Amino acid sequence: MAWVEVPGQEKVLKPLLNTVIILGLIKCANFSPQAPAYHLILEGILILWIVRLLFSKTYKLQERSDLTEKEKEDLIEEWQPEPLVPPVSKDHPSMNYDIVSGPPSHNIVVNGKQCINFASFNFLGLLDNERVKQKALASLKKYGVGTCGPRGFYGTFDVHLELEDRLAKFMRTEEAIIYSYGFATIASAIPAYSKRGDIVFVDEAACFSIQKGLQASRSFIKYFKHNDMEDLERLLKEQEIEDQKNPRKARVTRRFVVVEGLYINTADVCPLPALVKLKYKYKVRIFLEESMSFGVLGEHGRGVTEHFGVNIDDIDLISANMENAVASIGGFCCGRSFVIDHQRLSGQGYCFSASLPPMLAAAAIEALNIMEEDPDIFSVLREKCEQVHKALQGTPGMKVLGESYAPALHLQLESSSGSRETDVRMLRRIVDYCLEKQIALTLARYLDKEERFLPPPSIRVVVTVEQTKEDIDRAASCIREAALSILK
Amino acid sequence: ARSVSTMYCRTTHYVRINGRANGTGPPSGKRLFQGQESFEQAPMYVAVMTYLGFGLVTLFGYFRDFLRAVGLEKCHIAKERDEQKDFVPLYQDFENFYTRNLYMRVRDNWNRPICSLPGPVFDVMERVSPDYNWTFRLTGKTIPNVINMGSYNYLGFAENNVDFLKTVAERVQQYGLGVCSTRQEMGNLGIHQELEELVAEFLGVESAMVLGMGFATNSTNIPALVGKGCLILSDELNHTSLILGARLSGATIRVFKHNNMQSLERVLRDAVCSGQPHTHRPWKKIMIMVEGIYSMEGSVVCLPDIVALKKKYKAYLYLDEAHSIGAVGPTGRGVTELFGLDPSDVDVLMGTFTKSFGAAGGYIAGKKELVDYLRSHSHSAVYASAMSPPVTEQILRAMRCIMGLDGTTIGQTRVHRLAENTRYFRSRLQEMGFIIYGNDDSPVIPLLLYMPGKVVAFSRAMLRRKVGVVVVGFPATPITEARARFCLSAAHTKEMLDKVLFDLNEVGDELCLKFSQRKYTSRPKEQHHNNNDLNKDFKQDSL
Repeated sequence: MAWVEVPGQEKVLKPLLNTVIILGLIKCANFSPQAPAYHLILEGILILWIVRLLFSKTYKLQERSDLTEKEKEDLIEEWQPEPLVPPVSKDHPSMNYDIVSGPPSHNIVVNGKQCINFASFNFLGLLDNERVKQKALASLKKYGVGTCGPRGFYGTFDVHLELEDRLAKFMRTEEAIIYSYGFATIASAIPAYSKRGDIVFVDEAACFSIQKGLQASRSFIKYFKHNDMEDLERLLKEQEIEDQKNPRKARVTRRFVVVEGLYINTADVCPLPALVKLKYKYKVRIFLEESMSFGVLGEHGRGVTEHFGVNIDDIDLISANMENAVASIGGFCCGRSFVIDHQRLSGQGYCFSASLPPMLAAAAIEALNIMEEDPDIFSVLREKCEQVHKALQGTPGMKVLGESYAPALHLQLESSSGSRETDVRMLRRIVDYCLEKQIALTLARYLDKEERFLPPPSIRVVVTVEQTKEDIDRAASCIREAALSILK
Repeated sequence: ARSVSTMYCRTTHYVRINGRANGTGPPSGKRLFQGQESFEQAPMYVAVMTYLGFGLVTLFGYFRDFLRAVGLEKCHIAKERDEQKDFVPLYQDFENFYTRNLYMRVRDNWNRPICSLPGPVFDVMERVSPDYNWTFRLTGKTIPNVINMGSYNYLGFAENNVDFLKTVAERVQQYGLGVCSTRQEMGNLGIHQELEELVAEFLGVESAMVLGMGFATNSTNIPALVGKGCLILSDELNHTSLILGARLSGATIRVFKHNNMQSLERVLRDAVCSGQPHTHRPWKKIMIMVEGIYSMEGSVVCLPDIVALKKKYKAYLYLDEAHSIGAVGPTGRGVTELFGLDPSDVDVLMGTFTKSFGAAGGYIAGKKELVDYLRSHSHSAVYASAMSPPVTEQILRAMRCIMGLDGTTIGQTRVHRLAENTRYFRSRLQEMGFIIYGNDDSPVIPLLLYMPGKVVAFSRAMLRRKVGVVVVGFPATPITEARARFCLSAAHTKEMLDKVLFDLNEVGDELCLKFSQRKYTSRPKEQHHNNNDLNKDFKQDSL
């Protein structure tokens, strides 16, 4: 019975055989001597064929048999997996981290060298703020460090509720929800809403955590060219045509546009007013990631909605982390309760992770206090950004990427050498030169193979309110010197 | 006729084995230190009643949805903005049926806010709901000194003793709270490296890497280790973060029955023999993903058997010790130590600092090549913020304490204390006739409640008696197996446990929760004796 292997074969062969036999028998019964000779011959052949069919060995449609135990053992013996990880060469650009001893604040010690920090996203200088530290210490005294549980299981502290409340008020939205890690915020928020079959339109320059959120959602992803509203509209129109073909499906296909306020990868701002127009025209929801713009743009630091004067209710969901301007850890989403509340049961990073340590939440609350009490801080930051942007113009062989008011700029090579590796090495030499001259910079790091659209290599220049005019001039001239001597 | 083994080998691709290990639990192989593991099945009527219960609530749900639809009942659900009424609905109606009609009615049992240290006792903030849980209002009062049976504070490091936290406070002063950069850019602080060296030493491996969030440790590192053409064999009860990481990796995922070694071997054997689907090329790598202690079952992974299997089939082993590190093993080194195995038998050791260490974050440890590779390829090393310095200091302090590097025996005492508390609490619950799941050594103790109504009544009754418990039901557990879960802590005193046991006994009688049909012999002397023996063992081991 070896050929039971191929299911269905039995069913095909047996009836065929039966039909032939029956046909043959009918023919035999009709046999008469008056029949013409060719008829007899034909029927004779038919009978012979039937006999042959009856006695021949059954054949298989597909030659396949089970592996014997022995063969299996051999296969198992034979199989050699790849090593768990490929070896990494010692001079891999990301193998040798810069070592920061002491705090990563305005004055920073990198690889043993005292420097001025132009690399940490400490835009408002709150990392070193005494008030923030005092609040954190008070919280530490009361709550200890960890929360030892997710929000659902006694991991909700009064501090968390207060922070959520404060964030919602600060952003002037109905509700806010906090996550214990910035990276997990938007990466959890997207798959909470967008499911298999839904469609997400996303900017090509979107940051890595957005990409991971999209991947986790298993939705259809359509990338539009960076900040190109015409390209987005083209995709939306295409979708509209597609929808008309299948209106039943269209009625349940949710669609989203995911953009960043200030792009971390390009340091430019998204055209929000135009996006809002498209939103209502094509009925898509906007998810806005504001990690770089929260506490930076706008008169009160509310981000890109305030910057453009867009009604915040027109944005369905805003997400940001508290690891840059706020100088703590964690992230949050805010918007209308109708949208946000859903994450309390569906946001994976919210439900299945321990909640934010209370002292980090307390620090974030105090940071919000400072931001609310002194909104001038945002115009100071803006001024510094413009200074840095201006000072970096005309660096030989390099171009500045980003808006003049962006606090984290990119310095790219004006012309690439053709090889990414060489470019990175050259930029690294510039960074090293500056480190030597006590200016701490860093390369913008990416996972080359994982990025959907890998940005060209660049040096990150981060502006903070603590940098003085002299610091900025020194940094700019230092970079210029380095570029002159290294790029020639 | 086909032999059994050929059937195994023909198990087709994308096998999803549902069902659970019931009855006797997994076969035990070489159990050195490990205790018994039990999963007693409830009597038939319990399952019938449970389904009836769910059926009834579902019917009522439909009825009330109908009332809402015709406007006879007030609808509390948050509404879409008027401007967006003609958008494709953000949620499908049926998706939220259970949230609306079941969860809403009982949600006062979760997310209870607290306003104190999550230590052995805490203060719960009182909340009231004027509208059957659609909204809550905090009254401003607190329910003080509720015994905490829910937090993962295994070794009692959730503490606010000023002397213990001195170094943490110093780090706040010195560093501030955040880092404002990633490890690869400007966030690689000396204190992180110090911690990584200590973690490696603690675990007895070559190298370790730490990350700022436990959940992200899984979800951002698994994709760096496996990818397309690789196979992940995942225990059916693995944590969401492992499942997410596996999904993000792009590898093929197959599931084996919880802690069931026959099921694992069957899937493994089939995978090696028949290779990838369609192409039949051999798999590039096969990675077995398991947890040390399963947080909903209280079961301990059959590590010796898995190590044997992984060696036989040349698979790699990824072990998530979120709940077991610090919590089991004579010196708190986790399940490898519990079974007396060499940590290098496990290829990837992962764990979190949220639980036993009372902090936040996670680690990945193993061979130097592995960690070096992750340093350059892990998503979180490149894109996520580095760990907060004071949090790092808390882990350093707790780990030094467990290792005895602080010059005291406090850590060691706590590890013993937790083991004692675990044995004591488990045996008392069994005596009382409750069905509890899991391993004798596991400080996570699920107590089966089954029926949805009892879940809610139990949780509320216990809070009235000032005991904070965690209850979980569908979808976190199978639909018929809702349960309460206790997490023991070294910080629980005998008096606290006795009070909880006393209350449990009464509530158990009141609500008819004692489903067990087994007979347990009365404990007193025998158990005491065992505990002493256990202590002796520990002492010998720590020498």
